[in-house]
Amino acid sequence: MGHSTIVTPTPQGGFQTHTVAHHFKTAEQEFQSAKLAFWLFLATEVMLFGGLFAAYIYYHDVYPETFQKGGALLDWKLGALNTGLLLTSSWTMAMGVRASQLSQRKQLVWWLVATVVCAAGFMVVKYIEYSTKYHHGIFAFTGLFSPDDHYAPDLQGLAYPQLYFNLYFTMTGIHGLHVLIGMIAIAWLIWRGAQGRFHSGWYTPVELVGLYWHVVDLIWIFLFPLLYLVP
Amino acid sequence: MTTYVPDIEKAPEAGSRKEPSYLDVTKGFWSWAGTLDHKRIGLMYLVGVTAAFLCGGILALLIRLHLWTPDGAIFENAVYNQVFTLHGVFMVFIFIIPAIPASLGNFVLPLMLGAPDVALPRLNLASFYLWLTGTIMAIYSILSGAVDTGWTFYTPYSLQTQQAVVSMGLAVFTLGFSSIFTGLNFIVTIHKMRARGQTWFKLPLFCWAIYATSVLQVLATPVLGITVLLLAFEHLYHIGIFDPAHGGDPVLFQHFFWFYSHPAVYIMILPAMGVISEVVTVHSRKPLFGYKLLAFSSISIAVISFLVWGHHMFTSGESEFVMLAFSFLTMLVAIPTAIKEFSWVATIWGGSVALTAPMLYAIAFLIIFAIGGLTGVFLGTLSVDIHLHDTYFVVAHFHAVMMGSTALAFFAGVHHWWPKMFGRMYNETLAKISAILILVGFNVTFLPQFAMGSQGMPRRYATYIPEWQIYHQWSTVGAVILGIGFALMLGYLIHSLFAGRKAAANEWGGVTMDWESPTPPNLYNFDEEPVVTGELYDYGHGAKH
Repeated sequence: MGHSTIVTPTPQGGFQTHTVAHHFKTAEQEFQSAKLAFWLFLATEVMLFGGLFAAYIYYHDVYPETFQKGGALLDWKLGALNTGLLLTSSWTMAMGVRASQLSQRKQLVWWLVATVVCAAGFMVVKYIEYSTKYHHGIFAFTGLFSPDDHYAPDLQGLAYPQLYFNLYFTMTGIHGLHVLIGMIAIAWLIWRGAQGRFHSGWYTPVELVGLYWHVVDLIWIFLFPLLYLVP
Repeated sequence: MTTYVPDIEKAPEAGSRKEPSYLDVTKGFWSWAGTLDHKRIGLMYLVGVTAAFLCGGILALLIRLHLWTPDGAIFENAVYNQVFTLHGVFMVFIFIIPAIPASLGNFVLPLMLGAPDVALPRLNLASFYLWLTGTIMAIYSILSGAVDTGWTFYTPYSLQTQQAVVSMGLAVFTLGFSSIFTGLNFIVTIHKMRARGQTWFKLPLFCWAIYATSVLQVLATPVLGITVLLLAFEHLYHIGIFDPAHGGDPVLFQHFFWFYSHPAVYIMILPAMGVISEVVTVHSRKPLFGYKLLAFSSISIAVISFLVWGHHMFTSGESEFVMLAFSFLTMLVAIPTAIKEFSWVATIWGGSVALTAPMLYAIAFLIIFAIGGLTGVFLGTLSVDIHLHDTYFVVAHFHAVMMGSTALAFFAGVHHWWPKMFGRMYNETLAKISAILILVGFNVTFLPQFAMGSQGMPRRYATYIPEWQIYHQWSTVGAVILGIGFALMLGYLIHSLFAGRKAAANEWGGVTMDWESPTPPNLYNFDEEPVVTGELYDYGHGAKH
């Protein structure tokens, strides 16, 4: 039992054809399978970050003062700027998905480029925040937590201030890693999209990376208030 | 209803097939190492997990031999700690979690759905290589200094020990992703790849069990992933999240660990229940009693399993209210579990039972699972658990549900689908002898452990007081009987590959779609695309469709 080869409809204009994998009966079955699988993968991401959020909430409860004063040392303006950048990139990504569905090759590429630019902006801001903390001696992943004069007075007398900053670096670090992976994936979409690989007949990867990108954005929407505003 | 007699004379000849079997269609190393065929990936997993079972089993025998005398017969105490840790890691993470889903599930699930493959064949192969990578990392951890924390890696000890906790943690992380990929793939396969006419209530129960298992794999395993990742960070950078010296809380580690590892024991037992459902119905030639209840009990076990992790921590410091809630929820698991046990027995009752080798393994499962399940209720009871916590009673209970139930169901399934996998039959007399040896050996090993555990023998100790020597010696004798049973099994199974008689097209007279494919199946499983029209498990007229 092998299915006969199915080729999805390819629009005019130099687009590449898509052949449905041998074990699927229809292109719709292939698309829906990929989409369901990707939603399940996103559920694993939510559970993974869920563990981190649970740890954050627990220690926030145990050391409220540490979290309050630690959070006050983060720059909420930079955090807000990053939130704006990621939200914008979610919009450009959604426009990119739409462009791929409408077989608009040029628009697809430019929307995706805009998305990568926003993401790069996010990473630059994150770099500024991290390096500032590092120079003031509270980049604790080195195992040495020694705040300099700039921060020491604010952290005076707090119980385990490094715990707050370690959670901050772990959570935003793992999130930042996801942004980087997303940038690589989008760069690949740009490269293949420029070749005409994605069109109304087959745009699965654009759709899936789009979903991924929205979840990365969504996780930041929770991280920002918890780390910068709530404490 | 009469006993089914396979038509051995009509065993398919090589020339009479429409297409070559999946075993013959291509040859050579890369046709296996790079295969996307779910059946070949299933077989690679089968070889892999069996090898892991062999390693873990040899370690278990060494543990039992060491405990022959009260002062310990073989190892230094520190080495003993490493040996039981390795036994646990091998058996839990490398053998038993992938054992049934990734080997039997991979082989059988698409067949039962009438599908040519799983939905995501590449992810399936990736899962196998992640498993292989994780296993190699675990072996590296052993060679680079071993781990002596027990398979649970409790903090703060796992942070103080100078051993290879980081690489072992990353090995577990990798194995976890392998497990997630398998589960994710199977959920999509069951949703999207079913044959025409196969509604949800025409799914064989093995598929329901695999579905429930997969949900747990997808939702629980990421939490283990982040936990071992944080443990590695803690070990390397002292981030403080689990280390009391830096403001962390070791009990939080236990919560995180058991939030995964309790559902994980259902990742192990649920597919075993699915195998038993199939074996019991086929070898009794009777539809399963209470099909819908069996299906929903799998789902409800999966749901409840997320809500009971705290029962591992009754002595770790929980509020009384939390302990009561966890104790109550733990008792709830007994309901769907008992439904299953009764349904299987009711299926056998009045059936036309053939005492074949797979059926003997299934009956051994029913006996030992009753013991394991009931002692679980003892341990879920708060006051009793305080007394039994961390004793051999827990060890014996755990092994009754894991080794005596899951591993036995795995072997029941291996014997059941062996003719379908390889087109060859093993020596049934030897298979029956080994099933009986394993049933006897298991009980001789673990009943004394229940006894000495109830008297207070702590688990994980390298030495013990002389009063318990007789129990330990019986237990060791039982372990040796088990070892003989498994060695015999390995022998006749390998022998059958080369010299076994050709299996009939439908060796046991099964009526689910896995038995409708050619034996062994084609590369894409079926000669023609199957369509489901009749009832499930209909033995009345000999054929379903």
